Amino acid sequence: MNTATKQFDALPEGAVGQSVTQLESDEKLTGQAQYIADMYRPGMLHGALLQSPHAHALIEGYDLSAAQALPGVRAIVTGMDLEPAHRMGAFIKDEPAMALDKVRYCGEIVAAVAADTEAIARQAARLIKVFYQVLPAALDPASALQEGAPLVHENTDSYIKVFDAGTQGNLCSRTSMREGDLESAWAQCDVVVEQVYHTPGQAHVSLEPCGALAEIDAAGRITLWSANQSVFRVQANVCEALGLPMTKLRCLTPRIGAGFGNKMEAHVQPVVVLLAMKARKPVKLILSREEDFETVRARHPATIRMKTGARRDGTLIARETELLLDGGAYGDDSPGVLGYALLMNCGPYNIAHVHAHGRVAYTHKMRFGAFRGFGVPQVTFASEQQIDAIARELDMDAFAIRRLNMKRDGDRWLGGQSIFSNGLAQCLDAVEQGSGWKHRPAQADTKAANSESRTGMGLAISAHISGLLATGAIVRMLEDGTLLLNTGAVDIGQGSNTALAQMCAQALQVPMDRVAIASPDTDGSPYNWGTTASRVTYMTGRSVVAAAGEVEKQIKKYAGAMMECAPEDIELRQGGSVGIKGVAAASLSFAQVSGYAHWAAGGPIIGSNSWVFDQKTVDPKRAVVLGLPFANIGVFSFVAQVVEVEVDTLSGKVRVPRAWTAADVGRAINPAMVRGQIEGALVQGIGYALTEELVWDGPRLANPSLMDYKIPTMAEVPPSHDIYIVETQEPTGPYGAKSVGELGINAVAAAVANGIVEATGARLTQLPLSAERVYQALYPQDFA
Amino acid sequence: MSAPRQTLQLQVNGAEAEVRVGLHDSLLTVLRDQLQLTAAKRGCNQGVCGACTVVRDGYTVRACLSLAHGCTHADIETLEGLNQEASMQALQKAFAAESAFQCGFCAPGMLISAHALLLHNPSPDADQVRAAMSGNLCRCTGYAPIVVAVLQAAAHLRAQELAP
Repeated sequence: MNTATKQFDALPEGAVGQSVTQLESDEKLTGQAQYIADMYRPGMLHGALLQSPHAHALIEGYDLSAAQALPGVRAIVTGMDLEPAHRMGAFIKDEPAMALDKVRYCGEIVAAVAADTEAIARQAARLIKVFYQVLPAALDPASALQEGAPLVHENTDSYIKVFDAGTQGNLCSRTSMREGDLESAWAQCDVVVEQVYHTPGQAHVSLEPCGALAEIDAAGRITLWSANQSVFRVQANVCEALGLPMTKLRCLTPRIGAGFGNKMEAHVQPVVVLLAMKARKPVKLILSREEDFETVRARHPATIRMKTGARRDGTLIARETELLLDGGAYGDDSPGVLGYALLMNCGPYNIAHVHAHGRVAYTHKMRFGAFRGFGVPQVTFASEQQIDAIARELDMDAFAIRRLNMKRDGDRWLGGQSIFSNGLAQCLDAVEQGSGWKHRPAQADTKAANSESRTGMGLAISAHISGLLATGAIVRMLEDGTLLLNTGAVDIGQGSNTALAQMCAQALQVPMDRVAIASPDTDGSPYNWGTTASRVTYMTGRSVVAAAGEVEKQIKKYAGAMMECAPEDIELRQGGSVGIKGVAAASLSFAQVSGYAHWAAGGPIIGSNSWVFDQKTVDPKRAVVLGLPFANIGVFSFVAQVVEVEVDTLSGKVRVPRAWTAADVGRAINPAMVRGQIEGALVQGIGYALTEELVWDGPRLANPSLMDYKIPTMAEVPPSHDIYIVETQEPTGPYGAKSVGELGINAVAAAVANGIVEATGARLTQLPLSAERVYQALYPQDFA
Repeated sequence: MSAPRQTLQLQVNGAEAEVRVGLHDSLLTVLRDQLQLTAAKRGCNQGVCGACTVVRDGYTVRACLSLAHGCTHADIETLEGLNQEASMQALQKAFAAESAFQCGFCAPGMLISAHALLLHNPSPDADQVRAAMSGNLCRCTGYAPIVVAVLQAAAHLRAQELAP
């Protein structure tokens, strides 16, 4: 497992551990970067959508005549163009490319038009008549699961499932994890807290709306560019939804205007490919912001019943978590989110007796799926408040109870997986000292100081994984001795191209400018499951280091032949050369070695590696598990976070003026980019904590616009945020690295909620912690 | 029937540009689709996100809310034009150094708002930067490095006596 711990005495420029500027800086900062909406192809048509006005209705027919008669309309597609057997889905293949025979949510795509201009396409879409037979809808997950509720899918038995989902009626999937003997453990508890928590749908709001551009060649082969987090998932989804062999579809990527899970599975790509196939011309379709809100996906609304028990000394011994997720109309990533949320439900604590179980309900709403944190922000909002409540009941310090119970060396995760590196203790130390926690004013003093405003500090901790599914890398040495790195990993803005190039440069001891990055291409790149699950630095980084190691072996072999010595006597030298160990004068440049390989003997130097994460999630001797869709997932990063909250008792409005975050990310390959992930996640988390909430008016999303859905602006973020990168050495990671992409959002809402308790005594159980909810919690007798 | 279109002369980045425009076409549509000036982004088409921010007669406007017909006598500047200016280059350098962007989709609008701020106030403090730029949304960076970058560029420009 120890693939990449080799260290060099002197670091080349751009090497691992340096805050190298993002490789795409110049093109992004001069406006030259091309995102999907910036792409044009000769003869390109523009697409537009027609969406369903109903949450649940049979489609009895279409009248396309008026739309077809409009000058400039080139193709119209509807469910009639689809085969019912062709369905896509990450876990349950339940989703057609667009509504087929019936609509299952308000806003679902029912038809699409390709026309000479976007205006004509939009006008034509409005001229399409769809004849509906409206049916009763199941809009709430709890009632959707009751006997007699309107069914979202009639025949779930016929759907292909990639794990034991237990799908039945409106039950999309169910998962259960058990350790210890929970039922008898409650009797040993001196303190038990139990509460039901509610968390809202959260919209991703990547600044770039989703879109796609498809082009078909004379032989019928399709090239597809789209806003995505994985060209390979786009390829798989489109091919499943349209019944195409993968050889018929090449997926490419422009620059991506951020993805937080929304661009991982399909959005509009299958529809755009269908339009291009029918029009036999290139078609580009970019979603409006409103369409992006309504048709892509969002974070799951969740209901969490949680019960935690502890001994008088603060030792946590019992935990039950029951999770109900609103999955929306299609499975998408819901079974994964449920399983992962339950795996992480205890947080980084040892709790001997646990039963975590939950369900995903199909409802007649938009699909809910992956969003940074993948279920962990929801369960952490509940869990970290319960730890806090137990500490208060036992009159223990918030840090003390966490230190007493946290995972330490040798401890295993829920389910039984090993933890190889753990800097949680250092994280707690860093934020305790940084925030001045021990010297913070007592609650009574903050009240006395100002009659209208109360301040308090809140602490929460969490963890995330780094390793999941398959990835690869190819490192090619070009004729002149420079290197081309090809991983298939889409850089969605976080800077993975830069971090991976740094690792490649480090491994071969060359400056960064000798390494170019190939853009992900399903024709030419090795498989990469995706830029998701916080996995690229760890998973793909390992492949990069291993592929570079293959290149090093070949360089040494050919250099040995050229210099008439054994490959074992050859050493890499900094700056792109090799030499005979101990003989400074005997050296060859990479260009000389590559020229020899290209033109004389051996053949071009190509190193490759692929692997799949294969560390078992569950030890069956330790845990009893049902329906967990991740057989292998692990390698844990850790975070501890303190926030200072200020509550205006006249309005209930909460501000977060200061925050302190410490994260154990293993080795920080690029510290500035690690900070960037933590900083961005804090602010997204503050939005989740305080203002962001998707609201439905009956079946219809009531706030699908940036005017009505409020993400944080520059005026609302903490003016002060201290970040501490705690570097541990992950023995399985590339240069010791672990993950950071999602980690920073997990604990934010819980920390803010705990801060509100300290400031005011009010404990809130429903997100967001809006002024209205806080106000009601402050003055409960006025709202009885 | 399609709406009638007229030929208009626009002043964009110091040059005359002839475009065919319907009464309802926004400046953003004309810039992006007719003049292939795609630095300005369409993030919401509602004037909220600020990704389409351009300069009109020295002041920032939302190109998505500006009708092209209303811009015939105005001097329009986009990032493609401002790229040539030393003051914009100072901002770009600071944005790169401070990682004040990630995906880059908000960056053109963010840079233009910062540039306009420094034009009117060469010595802003952090609160003034936050207030002046709160109309530009970013979902990646958490904003903190943007504030630092703008202050850094302002200090650099003052030291060089290079007012925007």
